[in-house]
Amino acid sequence: MVNPAVEGKTYPATDPYLVGREKIREFAHAVKSTNPNNLDVFAAQAAGYDDVIAAPTFAVVIQERSLATVLADKEADIDFSRVVHGDQRFIHARPIVAGDELTSQLTVSSVKTLGAHSMVTFETKIYDIKKDLVCTAISTLVVRGDE
Amino acid sequence: MTHINIAGLEVGQSIGSVEILLTRDSLVRYAGASGDFNPIHYRDDIAASVGLPGVLAHGMLTMGAAIQVVVDWVGDPGRIVDYGVRFTKPVVVDPVDGAVLTISGKIGEIDAENNIVRVDISTVFNESAVLGKAQARVRI
Repeated sequence: MVNPAVEGKTYPATDPYLVGREKIREFAHAVKSTNPNNLDVFAAQAAGYDDVIAAPTFAVVIQERSLATVLADKEADIDFSRVVHGDQRFIHARPIVAGDELTSQLTVSSVKTLGAHSMVTFETKIYDIKKDLVCTAISTLVVRGDE
Repeated sequence: MTHINIAGLEVGQSIGSVEILLTRDSLVRYAGASGDFNPIHYRDDIAASVGLPGVLAHGMLTMGAAIQVVVDWVGDPGRIVDYGVRFTKPVVVDPVDGAVLTISGKIGEIDAENNIVRVDISTVFNESAVLGKAQARVRI
């Protein structure tokens, strides 16, 4: 059972993550993207970007770093082996571009109990080095309780 | 601007469909790219020990692959301003045959004033929808 007292808790921002061009390409291939703006610097620049841009779900990599801080938090008491991903959403203020240095800050927006199960919703704000918001990632995890 | 004329779109119109084959290789590749090394995505024995019908695709791999039909339509992944899904059913990836996802998109809503179109995405595996309420908002 997840501790309901962590609802509203905000965790410290993560250390900056440097978004590499090859990481963007690797992730794009992994999600079966063939779009040149993910893969080809010249195509991305012709489309008005500084470098290749990340696939629409790449922000999960940044979100996971914040999630790791919650899973390590004894107060939250989340048993990762019982976690199932319920839903996921990414709201982008702008695409993630190779060369970005991103930090993320996670807030537990809700903890709900459904019988033996808990549903925890996290909102992770992802900022660039200028502290401008790049993406808001919203994720709900279902933590299965004892049946 | 894209090649798409928003005035020419209609709610309900198809934007296309695609079949994507996920194999065990796809899962290993996604694990490395994303950093999600949960063994239920590559080890049959561990998947079986926690009561799963087999090794499962990462939900985030299905989500990431499903948006490609929209990316192909609009031509630029940077125009996907909002994308959300619910994970409703697992995708079991057979070690030999893999798993075929049939992905299609249709126009759900048109906001001509803000140049935003909502695309509703259907992702079917084994005749069942595996993503619920999969919606992308696209800047045209």
